[in-house]
Amino acid sequence: MNDALSTAGTVTAGPRARHDSFWVLALRRFLRHRLAVSGLAVMLVIAALAVGARYIAPHSPTALDPTAFQAPPSGIHPLGTDSVGRDVLSRLIYAARVSLTVGLGAVSIYVLIGTAIGAAAGFYGGGVDLLLSRVMDVMLSFPPLIIILFAVSIFGRPSLSNVVIVLGLLGWPALARLVRGQVLSLRGLEFVLAARATGASDSRVVLRHVLPNALAPVLVAATFGVANAILIEAALSFLGLGVQPPTPSWGNMLTDAQGLTVLERMPWLWVPPGFMILISVLSINFVGDGLRDALDPSLRL
Amino acid sequence: MHRYLARRLLIMVPILFGITVMSYGIMALTPGDPVQMLISPGMSAEDMAIRRRDYGLDRPVYVRYTKWLGQLVRGNLGYSFSTGAPVTTRVGERLIPTLKLTGTALLMSYVLGIPVGVIAATKRYSASDYVATVLTFLGISLPTFFLGLVGIYLFALRVRWLPVGGTMTLGGEGGFLDGLHHLLLPASVLAVAGAGAVTRYVRSSMLDVLGQDFVRTARAKGLAEAIVVRHHALRNALIPVITLAGLQIPALLAGAVITEQIFEWPGMGRLTIEAINQRDYPVLMAITMITALLVAFGNLLADLAYAVVDPRIHYE
Repeated sequence: MNDALSTAGTVTAGPRARHDSFWVLALRRFLRHRLAVSGLAVMLVIAALAVGARYIAPHSPTALDPTAFQAPPSGIHPLGTDSVGRDVLSRLIYAARVSLTVGLGAVSIYVLIGTAIGAAAGFYGGGVDLLLSRVMDVMLSFPPLIIILFAVSIFGRPSLSNVVIVLGLLGWPALARLVRGQVLSLRGLEFVLAARATGASDSRVVLRHVLPNALAPVLVAATFGVANAILIEAALSFLGLGVQPPTPSWGNMLTDAQGLTVLERMPWLWVPPGFMILISVLSINFVGDGLRDALDPSLRL
Repeated sequence: MHRYLARRLLIMVPILFGITVMSYGIMALTPGDPVQMLISPGMSAEDMAIRRRDYGLDRPVYVRYTKWLGQLVRGNLGYSFSTGAPVTTRVGERLIPTLKLTGTALLMSYVLGIPVGVIAATKRYSASDYVATVLTFLGISLPTFFLGLVGIYLFALRVRWLPVGGTMTLGGEGGFLDGLHHLLLPASVLAVAGAGAVTRYVRSSMLDVLGQDFVRTARAKGLAEAIVVRHHALRNALIPVITLAGLQIPALLAGAVITEQIFEWPGMGRLTIEAINQRDYPVLMAITMITALLVAFGNLLADLAYAVVDPRIHYE
């Protein structure tokens, strides 16, 4: 490629440039968003920690060191140990798994449900839309954390899978509303009418022609959704209603800090997990912002 | 306007109905029945059946729901499993502290968010806009409980300016200033996330208005930029921000659960956690329902305020 072709904005866009697809252009816009790119880099590091935890963590996350309870950082335990003598750094690394599992798991579930329901409401309209829209209105009236707490508390013993399922089953209405709006604006366009005129079935029209064009905003919403799910899991685990010890989660590692002694005298117990939550949620939010700018500049808030 | 109001209120009816159905539905799904929590372990199956009939638990769920709804419209929300007190009393005494906390936080988030949003918009793509954007994202991404802990650590344990929790000094006389002193830290913690959202919203709304013709006209007249921003742009940019207040209520109430827990604030959020730990489902259901009602009415009020403030909007 010579310079003239790769310079943005030149009139002499060669054959290569003219065929740049929407996604290639979006990628280029995304890469210009510095905060988003750094956010993505941080997320890749955290994902690597989660996947390679077994090889990276210096100790087992559940092993008790009987010689060190609430020990300050030292050579053996770089971030000290917790109230029962477990290595804080190892727990911090393993806890990345919990956050990523909840983030990706819950959001995958509700993206599937929300897309299906939103597409049905937008595509069929009429009574179907009226009913589904009212259900969304009702579900969106419940403050998220309170309805989640209510559901988690009656769902049996709190655990990682319960958190994923509850967040997945309760998270769809906002996404469904987004998809519904997209489908409503797309279904009257010529290419959709053309597809229907050729006799394509409803499911083919929706899956092949309508939904692919609604993908961009769904991707953006899902990215912010992952950040939010990580925050909610941390809050639930912090309150003792999410992931239970000895399984480490950044949220339940902070539970001890509700006691003023730990809070005042043992910052190594609560500052690192809090920082990890902040940095991962912040990174994902930046990625989401970058995606929004890249995929549809008009969506920018 | 009257017809719009009537229609909005009519739409509320199915939503309110849905809120009660859903609250009751989740509760009815509860594994195990309340009788098992009230009895002693040695009770026979027959005794339990009698109890169950006494409570009407042998009836189908829709019959129980209708009866419950009948009581609800008379203001009876049932009785707490753990204390036996009427749910209305238990929740009622917690409502005011929560409204105080969330109301103050809402106010603070606007006081913080509006100026930052305006600066970010008027100096678009400058260093201050960049800093504002990063701060906004930081505000949205900070977990409330971590921020709360940091706040207690810094302001209550290190410099000892503010109390670690509660609504008044123990053994003290209370009073307005003492209350304010206790309110400051929890309300600020709760306000941070909201301030992030307000900043973002004000910035985009302001950018929108600044690009409009009447702003260009005002500038063309030779008015000082400060006057254009304050008198022409800001007044119009703030109108859509009213809607945001309605949208923020759910997040505020959710944040209150965490904040109240950390700061030992005796509001509905703390009651939620207590009710969960005691498996006190009538209380839990009442809280879920009341918060949903607050959200629904908050949105209604925001929409109506929008119509009142903006003369261009004519609802039919």
